[in-house]
Amino acid sequence: MTPRSSDRPFLSLEAIGKSFGGVRALDDVSLDVAAGEIHCLAGENGSGKSTLIKVIAGVHRPDRGSIAIAGQPVASLTPITAVRQGVQVIYQDLSLFPNLTVAENLAINSLLEHRRTFVRWRDVRRTAERALERLRVSIDLDRLVGDLPISEKQLVAIARALLQDARLIVLDEPTTALTGVEVDALFALVRDLQQRGVAILFVTHKMREMLQAADRFTVLRNGRVVESGPAAEFDEARLTHAMTGRAIGESRFAGRVDASASPRLRIRDLTGPILRGVTFDVRPGEIVGLTGLLGAGQGELAARVAGLETRGTGEIAVDGATLPAHTVRAAARAGIGYVPEDRLREGLFLDRSIADNANASSLRALTTGLRLLSTRRMRSQADRWIHDLGVKTPSIDAPVRQLSGGNQQRVVLARVLATRPKVLVLNGPTVGVDVGAKEEIHATIRQLAAGGLAVLIVSDDLPELVQSCGRVIIFRHGRVATELGAATLTGDALQEQLSAAR
Amino acid sequence: MTSRVRRLLGRHELVLLVVTVLLSIVIGALNPAFYSLQNAFDLLKTSVPLGILTIGLLVVLISGGIDISFPAIAVAGMYITCTLAIDVRSLDHLPVLLAISTAIGLALGLFNAVLIHFFRLPALIVTLGTASVIRGALLEFVGTRTITNLPSSIIAFSRTNLFEATLANGASAALTVSILFFAGVAIAVALALRYTVIGRGAYAVGADLAAAERVGFNVRRIHLFVYGLMGALAGLVGIIHASIIRNANPLDLDGLELTVIAAAVIGGASITGGRGTVTGALLGVALMVIMDGSLVLVGLPSQWHQVFIGLVVLVSTSITALRTRSARAGEIAR
Repeated sequence: MTPRSSDRPFLSLEAIGKSFGGVRALDDVSLDVAAGEIHCLAGENGSGKSTLIKVIAGVHRPDRGSIAIAGQPVASLTPITAVRQGVQVIYQDLSLFPNLTVAENLAINSLLEHRRTFVRWRDVRRTAERALERLRVSIDLDRLVGDLPISEKQLVAIARALLQDARLIVLDEPTTALTGVEVDALFALVRDLQQRGVAILFVTHKMREMLQAADRFTVLRNGRVVESGPAAEFDEARLTHAMTGRAIGESRFAGRVDASASPRLRIRDLTGPILRGVTFDVRPGEIVGLTGLLGAGQGELAARVAGLETRGTGEIAVDGATLPAHTVRAAARAGIGYVPEDRLREGLFLDRSIADNANASSLRALTTGLRLLSTRRMRSQADRWIHDLGVKTPSIDAPVRQLSGGNQQRVVLARVLATRPKVLVLNGPTVGVDVGAKEEIHATIRQLAAGGLAVLIVSDDLPELVQSCGRVIIFRHGRVATELGAATLTGDALQEQLSAAR
Repeated sequence: MTSRVRRLLGRHELVLLVVTVLLSIVIGALNPAFYSLQNAFDLLKTSVPLGILTIGLLVVLISGGIDISFPAIAVAGMYITCTLAIDVRSLDHLPVLLAISTAIGLALGLFNAVLIHFFRLPALIVTLGTASVIRGALLEFVGTRTITNLPSSIIAFSRTNLFEATLANGASAALTVSILFFAGVAIAVALALRYTVIGRGAYAVGADLAAAERVGFNVRRIHLFVYGLMGALAGLVGIIHASIIRNANPLDLDGLELTVIAAAVIGGASITGGRGTVTGALLGVALMVIMDGSLVLVGLPSQWHQVFIGLVVLVSTSITALRTRSARAGEIAR
């Protein structure tokens, strides 16, 4: 194998086209990935990234164009032939089995590939040891995969791919669930693979990270390649422009907070499984960011305020009134609205309509004198929020499943806002949302704050924090480690504090 | 193999074992007859049908499925086979009858599998439906009368004992030979789950069907195996059951499914799939049988049995649900 980029690409896609029904998902897409190259495929949700991955994996057959692997034209690529040719796709869900051990997860493919009837556990172990050795990582082979942190799960998935003699590894949004430190570790690993001549195709919409790691970029928009070239030619602005088709300003939030106003949210001495005596106030109109390393306490704080985490002591008060209990119900009654991080699992009824979702938390307010739901009022409330938040949909009756990530997040926001909260807790408000939509969501949050809402944003997206927050609180080991106010809040300062918080 | 898995599973099984032993001590203290050899053999005898069915259901549960049609299948196997053997005397040999009943069970189990796999229907509804169809069709097309003059080979089987002893009080205690079927099934399934690719596939499918498919498991074969095995074992149990109660009643075994589900779930099988062991299931069966048999010994009316089984299912599934919820709360709080 050739180290670093060789002249002949390992994978070569020529003028690929693919349509579903009448919709053109890919149009004249060409892409070369060389052995030992880290290639980044960037694009917003709906740009055709997933379709392209599936073409490479052999799941979708392109309507037009040609595919060559290692210089050989491939007439028809199926999932099995793709694997045989050394193409391994690691999807976001990793396809691991949580109830099986690390060893078995690693060895399962080779068992199936050799069409075995019986399992020889000694072979399974040996295969698994070899796989982890190759990655130069050590994970207890006898642990259940379900007990591993996500970063180690990912390692297992990559090790499994390598076991199958992967020469091209496609990583689909691999950094979504990782912290900064873990992302660094992943990049180190990917560079190591690169040295060994493995081609890497990183598929992501997080550009900042990719600028450090990638050799080449290909940007997709609306199913077409809009930009492609060596990483040196790209910077964040150019990538953003290519992905969204417009320039997005790094506007800073200049919120007006009345320092003399009494605090909207008062938190006193919260202590729990992770938290250790956390105390702070949030005034009306203020947007406060909460960040820290994974498990430092910012997530638990949000869960406590929202009433999801009921264990622990301390006091939470809204507009001076202390919450009688730390439950979701008490929090909701006090006017605390919570937007969960995992909206697909915790925030939405995917198969119900946009209107149903938007109204789900405020049904009580939509009843008639007889305590029956008023269809008219339900529609008008849904219409209003959908319009105010700019959800792009042909109809409020469409199921939420059909919306893009950014629009789904807006529906969650609409549902929470329809309850007319005084305090809004946003957990990772733009996770999995593309750049353009992100900007709009931030604008919406600022507008809401201007109306007197107190906002808490839990995020590890530093640019997001810098842009939107008037103040950022950094957690360490369950305590407030430090706080950056408007005057001191910059990306670099945040990064520095976070590193110090290790 | 000194793994956390082992320790974890070991822990659950250890708890079960301790509970079973404590229960036996309490019951023995209340009624010393519990400790008699005769009672032990009786309990073992009762455990054979329940045990074989629980092992079958264990595999179904591991694969993420459910089957509540097996009592109907067992009755169908038993009643059709007995009717046939009475009409056609030349069939009246135990191996032949066992084979016929098992084959009937296998066919019905595979029918379940086909509906569940190819039409992607929920297993609960499918087996609820097939159970009703099987029971109804049995009464309509085969007969409604309880067969009391069983085929002679089944009578002979019921009298075959592995071990007999005459007790001090003159009574005799005997251990039925059918216990060997139970032991054989338990060992075979334990080995299959641990050492065959299809057995591991059941665990994989139970955890994540889409991922199992993607990795390359033949999910169709796994579904056919799992429900086919359940059906075949139910067919086998049909004949054993007839030999134990010495008749073949087409309305028999109604409600047995809940007892079997309780035994499997208390033994650590997850109702949502992916988890469970034969050792656990055996302990679950032991606990159910001891509890059941001793209610009478202790002097409680047998309706308590029903209350108890319902509670076992509810408590066991709540524990699993609570465990998942606290794991999720941990996730949210990170």
